[in-house]
Amino acid sequence: MAGDRFSYKLDSTLETVDSAEQTASRIASESGFGEDEVMQIAMAVREAAVNAVLHGNAYDPEKKVELEFERTSEDLVITIRDQGKGMDPAKIPDPLAPENLLKTSGRGIFLIRSFMDDVQIKPSQAGTEIKLFKHVHGAPAGGKEASQ
Amino acid sequence: MNLKLSTRQVDGVTIVDCSGRITLGEGSVVLRDAVKDLLSKGQKKIVLNLADVNYIDSSGIGELVSAYTTVKNQGGELKLLNLTKKVHDLLQITKLYTVFDVKDDEASAVKAFR
Repeated sequence: MAGDRFSYKLDSTLETVDSAEQTASRIASESGFGEDEVMQIAMAVREAAVNAVLHGNAYDPEKKVELEFERTSEDLVITIRDQGKGMDPAKIPDPLAPENLLKTSGRGIFLIRSFMDDVQIKPSQAGTEIKLFKHVHGAPAGGKEASQ
Repeated sequence: MNLKLSTRQVDGVTIVDCSGRITLGEGSVVLRDAVKDLLSKGQKKIVLNLADVNYIDSSGIGELVSAYTTVKNQGGELKLLNLTKKVHDLLQITKLYTVFDVKDDEASAVKAFR
């Protein structure tokens, strides 16, 4: 990463999802993560971008998805913001519950939480912000509290 | 890399060789259309060979579930063959590994239909 933090805005399209994934993969690699972790980070960002484009902005061409990457001494922090109505994480059904196992959707947030060390979801009327943390090697684990 | 599919018949079983990514958008649609097409032709014994699929997102997982239930609801069976480690791990953490009938070799997958 050229600096400690950078952000950019993307249209609410499927191309945005691919672009977010590819950028995350590149930055995770440059940050020294191993192959498996790079895949996990890239997939978490992809899932968050899918939520932003589909469920947040609902493909609205007037609405943008903002992607921010920050490297701190402890974490790679990736923030994805949409301009939708705000997602309530408490209302997301548990995809591992027996009655939900055969549902065809609803696994995105679960996968994000599985792959990242910490996840903070901040819904508001102006949209949803999801912040993903992956500890860099050598950094102490813990210390952040997820929103849910 | 977009999802590419090719089908072949082995002892009355349709093997669908999948290559690429099963993700939101084209990848999921390609798989959905292929399964629908097979069912419309009465081919209800289906094996998805995922040996060359090394990436599936949550939409792709949903598409596999959809394919599984669609085939089952029409009186057929769908099995998964040759999972890569990444796909295997994904199905494990989503607790779907035990839902799907997963096989490690083609012969036993085909035989399992009899």
